[in-house]
Amino acid sequence: MRPRVYWPVTLAAAALVALLTYGVASVGPDTSLDEALRDGERVEAPVKDLPRLGSSGTGSLAEHAGKVVVLNVWASWCPPCKSEMPLLQRTHDRIAARDGMVLGIDTQDASDKALAFLREKRITFPSLRDRDREYGRDLGVSGYPETFLIDRQGRIAALRRGPIDQAWLDEHLEPLLKERT
Amino acid sequence: MRVLLALALLLLLTAAAEPKTTLPDVEDEVMCVECRTALNISQAPVADQERAFIRDRLAEGMTKDEIKDALVEEYGPAVLAVPERKGFDLTAWVVPGALVALAALGVSLLARRWRGTSGPAGGDDGADLDPDDARRLDADLAAFDR
Repeated sequence: MRPRVYWPVTLAAAALVALLTYGVASVGPDTSLDEALRDGERVEAPVKDLPRLGSSGTGSLAEHAGKVVVLNVWASWCPPCKSEMPLLQRTHDRIAARDGMVLGIDTQDASDKALAFLREKRITFPSLRDRDREYGRDLGVSGYPETFLIDRQGRIAALRRGPIDQAWLDEHLEPLLKERT
Repeated sequence: MRVLLALALLLLLTAAAEPKTTLPDVEDEVMCVECRTALNISQAPVADQERAFIRDRLAEGMTKDEIKDALVEEYGPAVLAVPERKGFDLTAWVVPGALVALAALGVSLLARRWRGTSGPAGGDDGADLDPDDARRLDADLAAFDR
């Protein structure tokens, strides 16, 4: 190959390979948060203004600074989300007096169906709408439901990819509630 | 009165002739937002919800475009199987066309350069042919013609 052609062709081929590698690597789930939590670290929770489900205006995690927040990612079409909702509501009621709360993130869901679902399950904790799953991507969400425990400093202290149970809450939520700012 | 009746009849006929939007009409132009496959082949729970959403809007008499707008409002632009032809999404339509045009331009330039350098030196009109060679060529050609 002539030298004048060699370098542009080589560089173009290298750029194409790099682009393909990036494309393949970016498809997989981001597990950096899981790894950090496994190492005992706490990670700053992403904050994003999202529309409130069932009322006007927007809200975010930042509004609840100083509280322990059980951040639950759900959708009305997700069967495991339905089954864990009563436990989340009981938890919300139980921890309210200890500066704790449950905050729902309703994701990729029709708002009328989501509201009907909350009415049916008699859920009173607030939820925000993550229409495009953009916030979910910031959290590294790979399925539904997923639950993140946020400490009083706004850091993720624990996460559960899949439905939660009382044992998991007892193990991870109780110590957080005892921490003071 | 007759004119009014005729107009009403004409309106009714026009409405009847207009094809109604159906679920498959919309289904093959939108995606299952969770599984990222076309809605018409998806069996995921969210796909069932999207289909129910479309059926409800069809029952309200919405057109295909109105339903697609409502779907974008609920699920975001990723619900559309093809990007919108406005804003940043326009690049998805413009860039491939521009790349094809650039590639075509590059190929034509290369072809022109290749033709310019690889042709026989001195042309092929036979103007520089030696008179003896020219006579021999004419004789050979005449022999072929016989």
